[in-house]
Amino acid sequence: MGTELGVYKTCVSARSTSKEILKKAQDGGIVTQLFAYALDEGIIDGAIVAGPGPEPWRPMPMVALTSEELMASRGTRYNLSPNVALIKEVTRSYGLDKVGIVGTPCQMQAVRKGQLYPAGLRDVPDKIALAIGIFCMENFPYQSIKQLVEDHAGMALPAVKKMEIGKGKFWVYGERGQVVTLPLKVTHKYEQPGCHVCLDYVANLADVSTGSVGSPDGWSTVFVRSKKGDDIWSKAMAAGCFETKPIEQVKPGLELVSKLANEKISKNQKTVESRATFGVNKALRNPYVSPK
Amino acid sequence: MAEKTKKEDKPVADKITVGHVHMSGCTGCLVSLADNYGGLLTILDRYADLVYGLTLADVRHIPKMDVALVEGSVCIQDKLAVEEIKQTREKAAVVVAVGGCACYGNITRFGRGGQPNQPQHESYLPIGDLIKVDVYIPGCAPTPQLIRNVCVMAYLLLKGTKEQKDLATAFLTPLMQLADRGTTACGCDLIYDVINQGLCMGCGSCTASCPVRAITMEYGKPNVNREMCIKCGACYAQCPRSFFNVDVVNQYEGIMEAIDGALK
Repeated sequence: MGTELGVYKTCVSARSTSKEILKKAQDGGIVTQLFAYALDEGIIDGAIVAGPGPEPWRPMPMVALTSEELMASRGTRYNLSPNVALIKEVTRSYGLDKVGIVGTPCQMQAVRKGQLYPAGLRDVPDKIALAIGIFCMENFPYQSIKQLVEDHAGMALPAVKKMEIGKGKFWVYGERGQVVTLPLKVTHKYEQPGCHVCLDYVANLADVSTGSVGSPDGWSTVFVRSKKGDDIWSKAMAAGCFETKPIEQVKPGLELVSKLANEKISKNQKTVESRATFGVNKALRNPYVSPK
Repeated sequence: MAEKTKKEDKPVADKITVGHVHMSGCTGCLVSLADNYGGLLTILDRYADLVYGLTLADVRHIPKMDVALVEGSVCIQDKLAVEEIKQTREKAAVVVAVGGCACYGNITRFGRGGQPNQPQHESYLPIGDLIKVDVYIPGCAPTPQLIRNVCVMAYLLLKGTKEQKDLATAFLTPLMQLADRGTTACGCDLIYDVINQGLCMGCGSCTASCPVRAITMEYGKPNVNREMCIKCGACYAQCPRSFFNVDVVNQYEGIMEAIDGALK
């Protein structure tokens, strides 16, 4: 396909130089580090992140105005955090002029559509200062995660230290060192159905996108995409925020990213197409064609 | 010594003509247009002549125009209103329904008459139920930025190069498709046409766009308080799973720069 990784200026393998950030980061601490730098430098006034929620491992969108608040949102929560829900409010009661937002590919799509076609997002289009996208294969409703961890993995949610989808498995790490893995096929039926029409793996529309695939443990693969992203990334590099390696020199590298991206897109493209003949002479709607 | 008379420099050769038609609206849509501040003045300097607009200019009758920005719905018991919306269609090459009322009826959907001194003024319809509408700009209020984008794109469509015309067509297509889709809107659209269709992915755009905070995200899915909803259509229009025209949105950076550049 060749377009599966989107448009980008540079791609590297990177990790934060802050030991503090890395302690609880999912991978290389890219999102936390880049937002922390942008906050310190006044490039953003605040960032919409997935903060801690009312139940264990359930994220709640929140506006982080300090590095301390950013630290609380580290780590992947494999269920829905509607970050875009705050995109107008941050420019209202929070009074932000330069907004940072992190999100999945679909949330980056929502942000860009909101900038070009703002129907109910007055003054939002010009205030997006840094949109960081994270790679995403699929997401889960909270109840799915509960079911996977409690029923399938047999662990209590509050006792979980980290969850990870990688190397073909769903990994659950306990606070006391125990590790349970589930084969991915167990997880499939719990996926959010709306993810099955998604044609973006590596957050093509973000200023900077990042994810674990392609880089070794503790490191992240980073795509620098837009002019804004490039500008901020170069400054952060110059300020010594990140250690990097050329992506060509790390294993498994871009080849695996491309492979997974292609797999996601072609599988979901088929789903989109099959919707056209879902009923008997009746189709399900295709958002990529029309709102009708 | 007599001062040299300075002739006003008007690069107006190829402007399009635009009118603002006020039906049963609140003028908030026009205020939104005006809230482009300097951007509106630039548009009026370089790209468009405002040939009609009772709030702003002393032209009494609807003239011929390239683009009619219509706000408000139509009271079908008000003969003059019905006459005016029909005239608008005759006189305008492109009819744009601006705002929730013109597109979908919005708050006037709840009108049912019985108030002095025209208790019989009880039935209000979005303009698309009386005339063919070309483009929708939903929202209550519609955003200054979307009105601006549509104005710039309408100019490019009518006066631009081949490339610009193609871009403008692509940009306006989903807003034309919304006009084709129908004249009813509600938070229920999220239920019928997104969640029920297996398309919702829980991003929260609908919550952000609702002007009355009728939508909350419960465990990642929209929950619509339908008693609060004023039927403006913003949530569905904003949802990235109502329309997502990849060809245009992928060029967001270039398009936003072009629009900024056009208004500099």
